[in-house]
Amino acid sequence: MALKIVKGSIDRMFDKNLQDLVRGIRNHKEDEAKYISTCIDEIKQELKQDNIAVKANAVCKLTYLQMLGYDISWAAFNIVEVMSSSKFTYKRIGYLAASQCFHEGTDVIMLTTNQIRKDLSSPNQYDTGVALTGLSCFVTPDLARDLANDIMTLMSHTKPYIRKKAVLIMYKVFLKYPESLRPAFPRLKEKLEDPDPGVQSAAVNVICELARRNPKNYLSLAPLFFKLMTSSTNNWVLIKIIKLFGALTPLEPRLGKKLIEPLTNLIHSTSAMSLLYECVNTVIAVLISLSSGMPNHSASIQLCVQKLRILIEDSDQNLKYLGLLAMSKILKTHPKSVQSHKDLILQCLDDKDESIRLRALDLLYGMVSKKNLMEIVKKLMLHVDKAEGTTYRDELLTKIIDICSQSNYQYITNFEWYISILVELTRLEGTRHGHLIASQMLDVAIRVKAIRGFAVAQMAMLLDSGHLLTGNMQRNGICEVLYAAAWICGEFSEHLDDPMQTLEAMLRPKVASLPGHIQAVYVQNAAKLFATVLQKHEGATDSQAAQDTSQLLIERLPLFVQSANLEVQERASCILQLVKYIQKLQQKDVEVAEEVSALFAGELNPVAPKAQKKVPVPEGLDLDAWINEPPSESESEDEKPKAVFAKEEPKQSRARHIEVDEKELARRREARKQEQANNPFYIKSSPSSQKVYQDAPGVEHIPVVQIDLSVPLKVPGMPMSEQYLKLEEERRQKERADKKKKDKKKKKREKRGKGKRDDSGPESEEDITPAHQVDIVTEEMPENALPSDDDDKDPNDPHKALDIDLDKPLADSEKLPVRTHRREVLKSPEEDGDQDGITQEAKRRSSKEKKEKDRKSKEEEKKKKKKKHKHVVEEEPPEPLSEEPVQSEESAEVAAPPTSTSAEASDLDFWLSSAPVPPPIKEALAPKTSVAAAPDSEPDVPKDAEPDEEKSLKNKKKKQKKEKDEKKKKKRHHHHHHHGDGGGGDSVQNGTVEEEEEEEPLPPMSNYCLLAENSYIKMVYDIQGNLQDGSQVVVSVIFENKSNSFLKSMEFNVLDSLNSKLQRPEGASPHDGLVVPFQLPPGVSNEARFVFSVQSIVMPQKLKGTLTFIVKSEDSSTHEKLDFKLHFTCTSYLITTPCYSDAYAKLLESGDLKSSSLKLEGLNMPFHHLLARICFHHHFSVVERIDSCASMYSRSIQGHHVCLLVKTANQTVSIDAKCDEPSLLANVLDEIKQTFSQC
Amino acid sequence: MIKAILIFNNHGKPRLIRFYQYFAEDLQQQIIRETFHLVSKRDDNVCNFLEGGSLIGGSDYKLIYRHYATLYFVFCVDSSESELGILDLIQVNIIQTHVFVETLDKCFENVCELDLIFHMDKVHYILQEVVMGGMVLETNMNEIVGQVELQNRMEKSEGGLSAAPARAVSAVKNMNLPEIPRNINIGDINIKVPSLSPF
Repeated sequence: MALKIVKGSIDRMFDKNLQDLVRGIRNHKEDEAKYISTCIDEIKQELKQDNIAVKANAVCKLTYLQMLGYDISWAAFNIVEVMSSSKFTYKRIGYLAASQCFHEGTDVIMLTTNQIRKDLSSPNQYDTGVALTGLSCFVTPDLARDLANDIMTLMSHTKPYIRKKAVLIMYKVFLKYPESLRPAFPRLKEKLEDPDPGVQSAAVNVICELARRNPKNYLSLAPLFFKLMTSSTNNWVLIKIIKLFGALTPLEPRLGKKLIEPLTNLIHSTSAMSLLYECVNTVIAVLISLSSGMPNHSASIQLCVQKLRILIEDSDQNLKYLGLLAMSKILKTHPKSVQSHKDLILQCLDDKDESIRLRALDLLYGMVSKKNLMEIVKKLMLHVDKAEGTTYRDELLTKIIDICSQSNYQYITNFEWYISILVELTRLEGTRHGHLIASQMLDVAIRVKAIRGFAVAQMAMLLDSGHLLTGNMQRNGICEVLYAAAWICGEFSEHLDDPMQTLEAMLRPKVASLPGHIQAVYVQNAAKLFATVLQKHEGATDSQAAQDTSQLLIERLPLFVQSANLEVQERASCILQLVKYIQKLQQKDVEVAEEVSALFAGELNPVAPKAQKKVPVPEGLDLDAWINEPPSESESEDEKPKAVFAKEEPKQSRARHIEVDEKELARRREARKQEQANNPFYIKSSPSSQKVYQDAPGVEHIPVVQIDLSVPLKVPGMPMSEQYLKLEEERRQKERADKKKKDKKKKKREKRGKGKRDDSGPESEEDITPAHQVDIVTEEMPENALPSDDDDKDPNDPHKALDIDLDKPLADSEKLPVRTHRREVLKSPEEDGDQDGITQEAKRRSSKEKKEKDRKSKEEEKKKKKKKHKHVVEEEPPEPLSEEPVQSEESAEVAAPPTSTSAEASDLDFWLSSAPVPPPIKEALAPKTSVAAAPDSEPDVPKDAEPDEEKSLKNKKKKQKKEKDEKKKKKRHHHHHHHGDGGGGDSVQNGTVEEEEEEEPLPPMSNYCLLAENSYIKMVYDIQGNLQDGSQVVVSVIFENKSNSFLKSMEFNVLDSLNSKLQRPEGASPHDGLVVPFQLPPGVSNEARFVFSVQSIVMPQKLKGTLTFIVKSEDSSTHEKLDFKLHFTCTSYLITTPCYSDAYAKLLESGDLKSSSLKLEGLNMPFHHLLARICFHHHFSVVERIDSCASMYSRSIQGHHVCLLVKTANQTVSIDAKCDEPSLLANVLDEIKQTFSQC
Repeated sequence: MIKAILIFNNHGKPRLIRFYQYFAEDLQQQIIRETFHLVSKRDDNVCNFLEGGSLIGGSDYKLIYRHYATLYFVFCVDSSESELGILDLIQVNIIQTHVFVETLDKCFENVCELDLIFHMDKVHYILQEVVMGGMVLETNMNEIVGQVELQNRMEKSEGGLSAAPARAVSAVKNMNLPEIPRNINIGDINIKVPSLSPF
């Protein structure tokens, strides 16, 4: 054996390790691939060895190769092997490799479940840590479901290192297994107040991620976060919280009001830029959420804008960038305050950094007004000329169009100018946004009637100039413009001066090289033009011109008839036939113009893009139903429908490359020269234009372009936009002068009234009148259009599944799957797959009953509200109290009483409505505070906080009294009745309980009983067993501050007995007290938990203890102490465990159990109440119930089975019990008896 | 959320890649190339934010990077992360120190590219203490360094037997005598071993 090990290490000597591999790769630069493939062969050999060290080394090397892009999924099984090594060194390597290459499709992943579970529960915290880290990268829905419970347990691990990792990974678990969110949420929420800052930060992180996607579900956490925000000093946490508030404020404007002040303070006080920036961002979000009519917030806006200006002026480019980014958010709601910084923003347009220029561009959008639009666009056009990369240039182009077209062309005073800008933009080579320009052209021409004449003239020129036809079509998205040009010319051909010429231009052979959909438009509109030409010449003396036109069409159209594009072909053949027919008629001197133009009569109105979607579906029409039998698969694949008006999406047809050989090129060049010579509009190339053209980006890469150097930069004959700028200036000046005159006249008439008018100041927006009366036609919408629902969410978004109401009480079925081995022992109806008919029946019944129960509890709630019965509910602490997962789930399940939703909502309302004075906030803040049920359950916010506060105080007093009363009556644990409902945890039981006696609601119950009390503090406690650890119980103690002073430095200490010991942190002596991890402001209560280890559980026992604390009042502080006795009943060692009836029967048959019995006389309560009490106070669950007889089951933390058979007849209840531990049973029965003796 | 962390050098050679969302290996390489292309053409004195590449993320994602001597550290994050915070995380700080790179600094005693090249696994282990599953786990440098050191110590204590010969061998190999050790045929030893084992 020893030799084998030696041999193994000798083998290892000659394996390469990671460093050798890296070195080798670096030494084989020229044949790297070959070298690596030999390495992979070696690795494969190594993986075949038995030695785990060799394997781990191999896997480590594979991880490196993975980084270089090699697929290592073939080694997945070996990775799993290395993961399962007992040595941390290897395990870590295995998990690292797995996290790099495992994913949902990796099939070996399902083999890892048990290994990971083992590692998670490893005593070594780093094993657990490594497993958590690995899992966070490759968690799958299956793993999430199987391990959710284990991870949840780890959230309460003693080591903060594990806690924080467990908290963080929960987010991944939620994503993969959304059902886990609700059961796990209470504990996650509890971690927000973890003493360890790292854990706290992790919890904040996770909740922020969750809330970002579905903010409305997390509104109720706002008070808690508010508290964290005002108390935390960790900037990272602060940033996250502040970001979260940014997401919450749009949902709750009142929250915003509350935030403004602390945020403003932070802005003033912090030195960290990151924090400052996020504060400003959230203040902006707040300001956006508040209605604009808030004059007192203008100061905050000013503050933000000022701070942002400082950021933008900073020499640090990062701050500049972020400043602009945040500025653009303000812009949306408060454009005025940003506009005053126009200078700065325009300056940023010239920045050398492209990211910053882009951000500045975003801002320009809001900077424009009627007054400065032309100026700004002119500046942008200059940038367009200078822009080096196409991305930035394209961005400029879209921004120009955005700016001009925003809010229905609000700022455009002169559409001629706009059209000429658009035409100028067409000279951009290689832009992707041809279709954008085209759609603008179409939109303007259609909607602005007054501009049509001008637009048509410009478009005709575009068609004629042919500069768009040159260059190679594939790269030139700009040719899309021709689509618009052709359509406008055709549709509004009555405005054309010389339709004949345009017609000719449209039928040039070169057109055939355009993309199909443009050709189709050409052909169609050629026909329209034809109709116009006919009409023009009709009635004129010479019919020759009309006949020439027909001849032209007949000559040119065959080119299109041969087109490979079906649509072009079809339209061309149609029109060709039509023209041929017309020609015949013309030769017979028949008047045809009237009829031909009738073909294109009628005006097309602009239709809103979403109009089609908004047409309501008529009743009885199923759009998804087949009209005919569906065609076979193959057919439908072949025939993909082709869009008719395909301008929006990129064309595949454009991709069709037209091969152009040298000869052809030369020929074309000749033709073009010829054409240019003949073209009267062509301005002979000027040196300047050539120069600019050469400057155009990417010229040197496009060989064809060089041939086209003679193509002019300026689109021939185009009126330049600059012209308009001057004209506009003049026009405005004139107008102003006119106005002044009028004003003066007016003033004179007013006999020099009031103050002087400031004439020198810039004219106001309204003063600028548009150059021509523009009638912007609005887009048509169908009648009874459906209300807008535009923002469809992506159905594949994983976060959609997490849109879960977290305030709703947990239903019985909502729990995390428990470990499989336990499932086998005690089959629970929900988890058992192969049950017989009975269970399924039971299941069905239970779900029905659950529904009914829900309904009933709602009714109950309503009733309570109606009566305004100030029924005091001790709100269960939202957190599960024990360390033990099953139990905690169950308590979580039932934690929220039906009223809690409204209570919580009103909590928030209360918090939001109250003034930001510390004490009341904190009172409402403390999540575990016993809060009265919704004060009067009014949905509206109480107008002032005062009476509200009083009310809650009153309630509190009342509550205390009531609690005392209860305690006197029964010195037993009590619990709230809702807890009792679910105490059984099992739906069968719930159903049974509620089945018959519907009218009688259960009385309130609580398991918390008084521990000790003096004038300062009151402690109530509850004990729960820990299923994970058979020797532990968890004592949850609620501390309530009854005094008017601040209680701090609380220390909880217990005198350990031989049998029971308080778990103290490592290194603490057995006499040290435990520090309670919180302080208590006056009137506040909070809960702490203490873990005890116990050896024997068969006897009840009492432990003496002391609580010491410091009472801090305004001027003095005193040490106080309070003694108490902790009573561990046998019941507290029992854990509610669902049991399945045949398992129960087997258990009874086995004969291992000792029996005992109990009789209760004169018990006057409904049977279901009785059962509920046993379930609730003694942690039993109902297995089966038949009339007035029920079997119940429970299990101790050490695995003792306890079975009860409860029968009732004439106020007498007999309980037959069986247990494998007689003394435990006797004690439990005693305790049951005691419970009922108090009733 | 952080979607990916990439470290590559001035030539685009990856030194560490960590994706928090699954991408196939070839796509990963494409992303690295694209990111390198985007980042490398930027001057050193421009801002450190970049609207995301086409392959990774979308409009919500940003690339936040820093350039140190020969290395680029690139984080691809969505809008839930604070831009400056991540920058701090890469270098400057939240409380007082350079968290990530500084951590490397501490662990490797002055980090340089070669350290990253030869100890990619170690860098991963450090990173795991800073970012987990795409979320920032810890920003306190002392805590990070402490945990990393404790784990390394644990590894050393386990190392014992198996690590020693490997170290010896790598020392031999460093002598640059590539042929000598390779020619020893271990197969022979293998045959002798069974005959010895009876006693």
